[in-house]
Amino acid sequence: MESFFSRYRNPMILGMVLLLQVFGLAVQVKRPIDPRKPEAGSVRMIRLWISGVITPVERVFVATGNWFGQSWHDYLNIGGLRRENRELREQNEQLRIQQAQMAEDAAQGRRLQALLDFKQHFVSQTVAAQVIGSSGTELSRILYIDRGARDGIRSDMAVITPDGVVGKVKDVFPFTAQVLVMNDASSGVGALLEKSRLHGVVKGTTTGDLTLEHVMVDEKVEPGERVLTSGGDRIYPKGLPIGTVAQISSGNDLFLNIHLKPAADLNRLDEVLVVTQPQLAQADSENPVKAADILAQRLPGITQKPAESTAGVKPGPAGNSAVSNTKPTPSPAKPKVVKPPVKTVPQNEPAATPSPIATPASTPEPSATAPEENKPQ
Amino acid sequence: MNAAVIYTSREEIEVYRFNFAATLFIPAAAVLLQSYLPVAFHGRLHFFDVFDLPLLVTIFFGVARRNPIAGSITGCLIGLAQDALTHNYLGLFGIAKTFVGYGASSLATRIDVENPGSRFLITVGFYMIHRIVYVLVQRGMVLQDVPANWLHSIGAALANGLLAIVVFAVLDRFKQRA
Repeated sequence: MESFFSRYRNPMILGMVLLLQVFGLAVQVKRPIDPRKPEAGSVRMIRLWISGVITPVERVFVATGNWFGQSWHDYLNIGGLRRENRELREQNEQLRIQQAQMAEDAAQGRRLQALLDFKQHFVSQTVAAQVIGSSGTELSRILYIDRGARDGIRSDMAVITPDGVVGKVKDVFPFTAQVLVMNDASSGVGALLEKSRLHGVVKGTTTGDLTLEHVMVDEKVEPGERVLTSGGDRIYPKGLPIGTVAQISSGNDLFLNIHLKPAADLNRLDEVLVVTQPQLAQADSENPVKAADILAQRLPGITQKPAESTAGVKPGPAGNSAVSNTKPTPSPAKPKVVKPPVKTVPQNEPAATPSPIATPASTPEPSATAPEENKPQ
Repeated sequence: MNAAVIYTSREEIEVYRFNFAATLFIPAAAVLLQSYLPVAFHGRLHFFDVFDLPLLVTIFFGVARRNPIAGSITGCLIGLAQDALTHNYLGLFGIAKTFVGYGASSLATRIDVENPGSRFLITVGFYMIHRIVYVLVQRGMVLQDVPANWLHSIGAALANGLLAIVVFAVLDRFKQRA
């Protein structure tokens, strides 16, 4: 009997040639993520296709697994307890974030109180997402989450857990999104050491480890010291835990080799929070600051200003810690009540209603974008 | 004395084919499992990203079909699908797996690739070739100077070699004599 392949050989070769060309086109052509929202950006067609094929199946797997698990627990008549437990856990996660913020506030005083307000303001605006897939290779530490452009997710949004930073959103699809985990070799996070206030860049390695780079060999760094986001990369809100210093050694050049233990368990991520409103630019426009005022704040001996004229000036959150390690001068400005913006809470988002805190408004620090490898868009 | 080393005879070489469903389903399942398993069960299988199921499928189809063109195309398509799930350029895995598909098909016409020992060795060898091609393309074409951890790669190659013995035995059920 003539086989299927030999019988339809010519049409199949034709189909294959056409398919290859279509693939070639798909590789080159970029398509809007959501045709109704052109501002949402575009993504390569083949990524859209493959993601469209793979992620629904993964969603079904996850949903099926959850359904079976849920059914089993319902069968045992603890469905209500489980639901309550889930709600409490979400509440607990939110409280842990707030607790971390408050602890930092108490430790660092008024200067970081402004920073805390900033962080609370932005971290509270998050979308909860479930991890549904990965790149499946160590060569690209990518996760897929079940939230996409339709949920307000955009590229370069920070992704965190209550324990610490996870990474940032890379490509966004209508219902899913890619997350570049911070231990990928091509990722970079602007960071600072909690005690010494030294700045550096946290980078991943090919083996999935985290290193803190650009810290000079003559600086004093202690194992166990916490490493936080500096906010300088304008992706991650300032003050979020990245990890702790695990090992320090002298590097080949002028910088220390600092290995970090990540705060979040990057290998066992289940649910994550996407920070949807890290709008530093908005803070800029809300609190315009003159260069002379910043200078007056940092160098009070050079530029003296009467209290009335500085009343509207917003002192910087850390005396611009990206630039200086010195302690900032206390500001004479009166505290200002900053109300969190009204927002719509997306589905599954932990209810976060940060109370207004009387703080001096913050001055955004200058950009300190982490260096990046040659990467595709 | 010159003696030709003959690993197998022409008569022993058998060419297999796969039905259409298996041709589509097996690579798709490999890519899907490779993406899903590292995050399954709350990340308890995160170590699975050491394995490369799509590579094993590429090798398996290559050696079974013994047709370099088919092996190349299979490797190319599986590699592109794998690339699409990463954040890197499309073609890094595609090029590496095209080489592997071609190489596996060519090698299968010369040596016996049916017993577990040779399957283990072939997989270890092709894993390293795959890794070397990937790094070369990544550094030479994409200009990403990502350090390669070769010791880790060797360990991963051995792990994939062991997994290949099991996976190939399962996939043998889908083979049909051509």
